[in-house]
Amino acid sequence: MIPRPKPQRFRLRRTMMFMNAQKPGLIKDAYIYGCDSIMLDLEDAVAENQKDSARFSLYHALKSIDYGDTEVIVRINGLDTPHWKEDVRVCVAGGADGIRIAKCESASDVKAVDAAVTDAEKEFGAEEGRTLLMAALESPKGIINAYEICTASERMFGVAISGGDFRKCMQTKFQADGIDLIAARGQMLIAARAAGIQCFDTVFTNLDDDEGFLAELKQNKAMGFDGKSLINPKQIRPVHELFAPTEKEVIQAERIISAYREQAAAGVGVFTLDGKMIDIAFIPGAERTLKLAKACGMYNGGLV
Amino acid sequence: MINAVKRDIPDYLLKNGKEVYQGKFYMDGKYVKKASPKTRIYEKPQESKLVRSIAEALRQCEAKDGMTFSFHHHLRNGDYVADMVMKAAVEELGLKDLVVAATSLGDANNLIADYIEQGKVVGIQTSGIRGKIGEVVSKGMLKTPAVIRSHGGRPRAIEAGEVHIDIAFVAAPTSDCVGNCRGTGGKSNCGSMGYAMTDAEYADKVVVITDTLVDFPNYPASVKAIDVDAVVVVDSIGDSGKIASAAARISKNPRDLMMAENVAKVIASTPYFKDGFSFQTGVGGPSLAANLFLEKYMDERHIKMGWAIGGICGPMVELLKKGKVKKVIDVQDFDIDAVNSINQTPGHFEMSASQYANPANKGAFVNKLDFVVLAALEIDTDFNVNVLTGSDGILRGAPGGHPDTAAGSKCCIIVTPLTRGRMATVCKHVVTVTTPGDCVDVLVTDYGIAVNPLRSDLIKNLDDAGIPHVSIEFLQEKAYSLVGTPDDLQWEDKVVAILEARDGTILDVVRQIKPFKI
Amino acid sequence: MTIEKSAVAGTLESSDAMVTVEPGENGVELDISSSVMNQYGRQIKQMVLETLNRLEVKSGKITVVDKGALDCTLKARVECAVYRSCGKSEKNISWGGTIR
Repeated sequence: MIPRPKPQRFRLRRTMMFMNAQKPGLIKDAYIYGCDSIMLDLEDAVAENQKDSARFSLYHALKSIDYGDTEVIVRINGLDTPHWKEDVRVCVAGGADGIRIAKCESASDVKAVDAAVTDAEKEFGAEEGRTLLMAALESPKGIINAYEICTASERMFGVAISGGDFRKCMQTKFQADGIDLIAARGQMLIAARAAGIQCFDTVFTNLDDDEGFLAELKQNKAMGFDGKSLINPKQIRPVHELFAPTEKEVIQAERIISAYREQAAAGVGVFTLDGKMIDIAFIPGAERTLKLAKACGMYNGGLV
Repeated sequence: MINAVKRDIPDYLLKNGKEVYQGKFYMDGKYVKKASPKTRIYEKPQESKLVRSIAEALRQCEAKDGMTFSFHHHLRNGDYVADMVMKAAVEELGLKDLVVAATSLGDANNLIADYIEQGKVVGIQTSGIRGKIGEVVSKGMLKTPAVIRSHGGRPRAIEAGEVHIDIAFVAAPTSDCVGNCRGTGGKSNCGSMGYAMTDAEYADKVVVITDTLVDFPNYPASVKAIDVDAVVVVDSIGDSGKIASAAARISKNPRDLMMAENVAKVIASTPYFKDGFSFQTGVGGPSLAANLFLEKYMDERHIKMGWAIGGICGPMVELLKKGKVKKVIDVQDFDIDAVNSINQTPGHFEMSASQYANPANKGAFVNKLDFVVLAALEIDTDFNVNVLTGSDGILRGAPGGHPDTAAGSKCCIIVTPLTRGRMATVCKHVVTVTTPGDCVDVLVTDYGIAVNPLRSDLIKNLDDAGIPHVSIEFLQEKAYSLVGTPDDLQWEDKVVAILEARDGTILDVVRQIKPFKI
Repeated sequence: MTIEKSAVAGTLESSDAMVTVEPGENGVELDISSSVMNQYGRQIKQMVLETLNRLEVKSGKITVVDKGALDCTLKARVECAVYRSCGKSEKNISWGGTIR
């Protein structure tokens, strides 16, 4: 058995790659491609009559495979199915870092899963509160209730939009410029930021359209997303490249943090750097930039 | 006797001056007397060498019991010729105790497997052995051990007279009536005929078998009329669908691409990566995909490839057409694009197996090679590679040009996933050593890169370029931690195949595998 | 557990195994075929027997067609097949208890 460290609620999650939990050939080493999180799927990828088998396979995969620093999230079946409670039990027993709630529409959905997770943590002797949650918003109702969903549990680290189902509800289709999802993405982002949790964009399904993927990524970054759900390892690199800070940003962040710490040690809270006023409000952003730079191999220093 | 790759070679095989493998370049600088074939004087002008049937050609060539017949494998799994000839020899002429000396044998040669079982074929000399024929030899049904040589080792042995070919059979997509052959212009085209050339020059008798007779002279000829005794026209020499595959496409498998990219990174970090560099790559997923990433680095640094050799397929032809490689010279064409390109695209030429890889001539192409990228069934912690035997101990592979290009090149890169299913590709001891570890420089896997400690220069190149690498022992341990430590295979004493190093010394033997009982 | 009816789990895809269990009276009758028999046959047999033992399966016909599955997959397929044969595979599984 491979012991996993306690999951961090806030960590780098640029890339979350979906993997069918039922396919042993896929899940045994999905982490080698370097995504930040892998998403083992018990929901859509697994046929209705194989849900039981997928759980056995997931349990042993969680227990015996060394995923290293890669975060392991499991997408469970929807709350309208007979499967989700057993899904929660196996996730907690296996020690998954987090659970993605499919088709989440309200705070009570989150609370129901939260309660089931707490029960399971007690049942399996796991540290209470260890297992994280995220919610997938797949319907207009989910988007409308985004803020209450984001704030429904201390376990919540993020929300993601699921474009396929949402577009169907809205009677629209994929648009290259993103106009189909623009309002939903915006509302979800605002809710997530207001709640202080992370926000992830939907999958891009046309694997042959590199240009379209890149355009969508640029828009994601400009809107302020933390990361994206992926369906193929080849999508990892473009996301990491695009989400990487520029060299100038890294140098600037490094200077801000060093200068701030120096000044703070001398009892100074506000000072100027290159003619710009700097105070504690700049620090979280600068730290985020350096952490990102570290993950991208652009920064090796000890400030973060 | 234990050889330089720590394999125990039975003493009874070490007779008539046969030695065990001593390390690469052991024979360098020695002299060798070439064997000379018989030829027939054709002083009187002669209209045509056409004969009605293969059986008649065999009779005309005085085919006898115990003779050695040679074949070449350009028609790959689509080949009809080897089986047609053996059928005529065994069924129509009633011959027995025959030896088949082929450049490779596989799924197209099931009839030969039957003749081994019946004891009609008693010896096999080949550079590749797959399918049913590999299974029957592994079961110990062949009277004498099969002898496996590389593509360079085979012409060496022929030129040295160690393999004497009584009759060479040339499968020719086109021929004229006196035996000038080409690999194009017919209905079963294969492009290059490089493997047939040395056989035709050194055999006592040569029979050309074609399904497309063309006007004299069929030029430029791959096998020339001066060496040919008879020409037989048959309905079809092969199944064209299985000869050249549809255009080879570069893999989309993300694992292959990840490894291919690392191969290109390694190449670009060495001092050999400069304008005019030379390159060979296999046609497996990650090997072929290396082309794609290499092109990026070539563009970035504004350099061109001087020449590429090997078996060739479409992606390399594309580079030639784009002017990114100056010359392509090949012994075999793997897909339609390459078949259609040879001798048509300026700069795309044919060469013989001897020119390609023979260690015992005055300068084969492999000796000038900067990089070769190769696959492996297994590689062990001494960097020895196996491309011949499966994990079940059965013969199902081909050394081909693997040992030759590895030994000749300045930088030999093996690219393979760490595991295949439950098979650990990186292991403690390969089942059979086909390429000695002292010829292998870098291993690229999906779990990391390892450099042969013998190549401290390459280690420095990788370090300078910031390319992370690990020890090969680390990769082997990682593999075993994933799939479990494999049990050792259980062998009988009987040797079923002898693996010759390219210089003719004995590198390894394959014994008969014991049937597994649970 | 007692194998009550025939049940199957797993597939014949590479890296997977298909396990079939059938009721039987004569103790555990095990039939294994594998693409990696020579190197891993012994370990596969051991893993399957250990798992059956843990599930307290005393009797039945067990057929394993292995396509190079790792131990964790083999275990999962055997367990699921046995649980399915008792109609108990869907919920309240003893994760970390009987299943470990």
